[in-house]
Amino acid sequence: MSVSDPGFARQVTLQIDERSIDVPEGSTILEACRALAVDTPTLCYLENLTPVNACRVCVVELEGSRTLVPACSRKVEGGMKIKTDSERVRTSRKMVLEFLGSSVDVSLVSDFSRQMQRYGSNPKRYGDAAKPALAGTRDGAVAGHHHASDGQTASTVAQPVKIDNELYVRDYSKCILCYKCVEACGTDAQNTFAIAVAGRGFDARISTEFAVELPDSACVYCGNCIGVCPTGALMFSSEYEMRDAGTWDENKQVSADTICSYCGVGCTLTVHAQDNKIVKVTSPADQDVTHGHLCIKGRFGWQFVQQRDPSVLDGLANGPVVLDDVEVPAPA
Amino acid sequence: MDLHYTQATETPHERAAVDAVLGPADSTWSTGDRRAETESHSAHAGHAARSQRDRLLPALHAVARRIGWISEGALNYISRRLTIPPAEAYGVASFYALFAFEPRPKTVVHVCEDLACKAVGSDALIAELERTAGPGEPQCGGASMWLRSPCLGLCERAPAGLLTVAGDEPHDEPLEFVTALRVAAALEGKRDFGFAPTQPPQHGDPSLRLLRRVGTVDPASLDAYRAAGGFRALRRAFDIGALGVLREMTASKLMGRGGAAFPTGRKWEAVAREPERPHFIVCNADESEPGTFKDRIIMESDPFALIEAMTIAALAATCDFGYIYIRGEYPLATRRIEHALEAARAHGMLGDDIMGRGLRFDIELRRGAGAYICGEETSLFNSLEGYRGEPRNKPPFPVQKGLFRKPTIVNNVETLINVPDIVLHGGDAYAAIGVADSTGTKLFCVCGNVAKPGVYEVAFGATLRELIELAGGVAAGHRVQAVLLGGAAGAFATPDELDAPLTFAGMRAIKATLGSGVIMVFDETVDLEAMLVRIAAFFRDESCGQCVPCRVGTVRQQELLARLAARRLHGSPDEERSLLAEIGQVMRDASICGLGQTASSAVESALAKLNLFSSAVPVDERTPV
Repeated sequence: MSVSDPGFARQVTLQIDERSIDVPEGSTILEACRALAVDTPTLCYLENLTPVNACRVCVVELEGSRTLVPACSRKVEGGMKIKTDSERVRTSRKMVLEFLGSSVDVSLVSDFSRQMQRYGSNPKRYGDAAKPALAGTRDGAVAGHHHASDGQTASTVAQPVKIDNELYVRDYSKCILCYKCVEACGTDAQNTFAIAVAGRGFDARISTEFAVELPDSACVYCGNCIGVCPTGALMFSSEYEMRDAGTWDENKQVSADTICSYCGVGCTLTVHAQDNKIVKVTSPADQDVTHGHLCIKGRFGWQFVQQRDPSVLDGLANGPVVLDDVEVPAPA
Repeated sequence: MDLHYTQATETPHERAAVDAVLGPADSTWSTGDRRAETESHSAHAGHAARSQRDRLLPALHAVARRIGWISEGALNYISRRLTIPPAEAYGVASFYALFAFEPRPKTVVHVCEDLACKAVGSDALIAELERTAGPGEPQCGGASMWLRSPCLGLCERAPAGLLTVAGDEPHDEPLEFVTALRVAAALEGKRDFGFAPTQPPQHGDPSLRLLRRVGTVDPASLDAYRAAGGFRALRRAFDIGALGVLREMTASKLMGRGGAAFPTGRKWEAVAREPERPHFIVCNADESEPGTFKDRIIMESDPFALIEAMTIAALAATCDFGYIYIRGEYPLATRRIEHALEAARAHGMLGDDIMGRGLRFDIELRRGAGAYICGEETSLFNSLEGYRGEPRNKPPFPVQKGLFRKPTIVNNVETLINVPDIVLHGGDAYAAIGVADSTGTKLFCVCGNVAKPGVYEVAFGATLRELIELAGGVAAGHRVQAVLLGGAAGAFATPDELDAPLTFAGMRAIKATLGSGVIMVFDETVDLEAMLVRIAAFFRDESCGQCVPCRVGTVRQQELLARLAARRLHGSPDEERSLLAEIGQVMRDASICGLGQTASSAVESALAKLNLFSSAVPVDERTPV
């Protein structure tokens, strides 16, 4: 079989798990795996971002290569012989999942527990989690100077949630350092460069300059980092508050696509609602106009839609705007 | 780029420090204030400023050396000057151990806590410093402070230290045979402890090739180098031309001495063939493997040889420009290389028309800032370019896309100083030295518990035992317990394996590696378990954090070794050992670069060969204390 070929790229033949496949030159091993429906876990990979191959959960065994290779970024070459389920591949995937499962809160990562089960990961092997860091401790970690652990508890990235603006929260206890938010904030989408990876090793973290709060940073609140975050570390405040209150229920949610009305670009918005209230807005990654990315207006500018509290409008009436003729909808 | 900066501004001192490196700002755009009448419609930053991104590390160094630490205002000023988003600049700066971001005393004494120094008793020194001079942690204040440091590359004069004094006239100085008294004196303001390169232990041996000028020829004098035969190889290189040089290099079968043992001639040929321009040559002088100090000694004592070798490489592979990336902890080598570069330019040995033969080539020295990972070639490129020192995926390889994504030769210092003799006497003559698969002579850093630690040069084929005997052996009444070969990323040899030949094949046979040429000898007084715990802590500190296997694996390995050493296990000894093996396997198989891939090798070889942690029992089965 072959991957659908949009252009006239030369076809390359390779073998995956002893099955032969033709794919266009320039494809990645991951694309070839997916064309063969080989279940390949990914975490830091996203179709609309440049692969950084940092998580290494997609590694496969390439004949002739000393080490395993990342499927998400390694380009196919004719004659490659690849194993996706060898003992080495299974061990590496098991350990990567286990390393993340034991050091990061992965409770909101889709498919994570299934993959852990599939590869037999057991994050409990490293002992109980160490105490979470105090606010700011990880932000101030100095490269090359860790406090050696006695190994009785497992080091984690746990720390308090950062809430410094009204639109979204950053819970870096859930951050697997996939670099996606940095890419989306940078040249892959937004070109704002408000965040980067700072520090080194296990103390590496996503940070603004000197870890200043978002309102002091270059952040423009486009929310594209939230859009690409695979772990829920970056989250709409609306979702965070509902989860905190225990009212978030994805089974009760519906979504509908519409076109953003703020300007003439024509971005597709996917509006997610629960109990007839908008809870967040996303955009499809495969949409030609947005490639999944939006601006602050499309992403966050929907509060007015559900402003059904007449007292707010009454308040406005005290100002220069006369609202006598406005029909205020009845509260839901 | 429309960049946003916080309100913090630089002090005049900080601005002066940055301007001394970058030159005064030619536009007020890049310094924050804008003259509306002349600059309201034109920007002078843009691409021209962004293309100077590689000046980021030198600018950060300038502030750190002048002020002692890097403030938000200073970082903003540097970011403006180079049109770098401040978050990115902070990400880069915070990658390095030598930079601080909160007020730090101007005088800092870095004290080595690594393997070779531990073998000669630095634990006691550090304990005494903790009692008398503060905790040695980055957060403490005061007028001066001491800090723990990974290997400082002074292992032949262990215990080692490094004094850094920030100020208008910054002062950096290596400290040898460190004592608590010496640290106290340095903290109180004493300077000039009299570090000077000494003659190598084999001084006067007529068979020395790579070390023949070390300790003999004045490293500050180009004329002395010339009088000792210097630049004759370059002259011959001009005579035989690029193809002739490549032919000799290939015939020599010289293998890279940085650890990977790649054939140097093939590397040069690959770059020479690349149609894309420009070509670069980078000398990897970021010697940070614990126990390694040979490159430092060469740079301190024979700097012109490095320049001559790089110029020959430039001729052979048509390289347009060269860089020497030296580790930040080598102040004397830095000064000597800087001086040699200036002298070479003044004498027409670098510049637009080298030796009047029409070759245009120059070399710039760049300093690292405390990051072992930057010795990995692609991390080195990123660091030099002003990005975080994170390794890149290979392929593409540096010969295709290296520094600035251009074809690049990257060679270790020791590899390069083999070049002049190969060109001068021919590749075949060189290949006749040593043994079939390992040609030439090799420098070994013999350190730890030997009578005469130092750098030794022998032809390939000598045995480990011969090297240890050359260095005077262990002290009378003591015996060899184990030898660490190749540094923290290397492997252990047992007393039974001392007759193994020190060749690439000989080392493979005993599941060890030559690596960077470290032979660290431990006698029976050394606590090898503590050494392994330190090796694990070293990798935890030095992992760049980019990929999961190494970022978390180095932590889990350190935690597990701490449990083994304390005999407080989570599961049965077998369970913990198999966990350790699995941690090692994923780091070796799935890490992006050589750091992660070798972070478990010394630990694994020790567990396989040496009887360690034998009585470790699970925590629930412990006898109550």
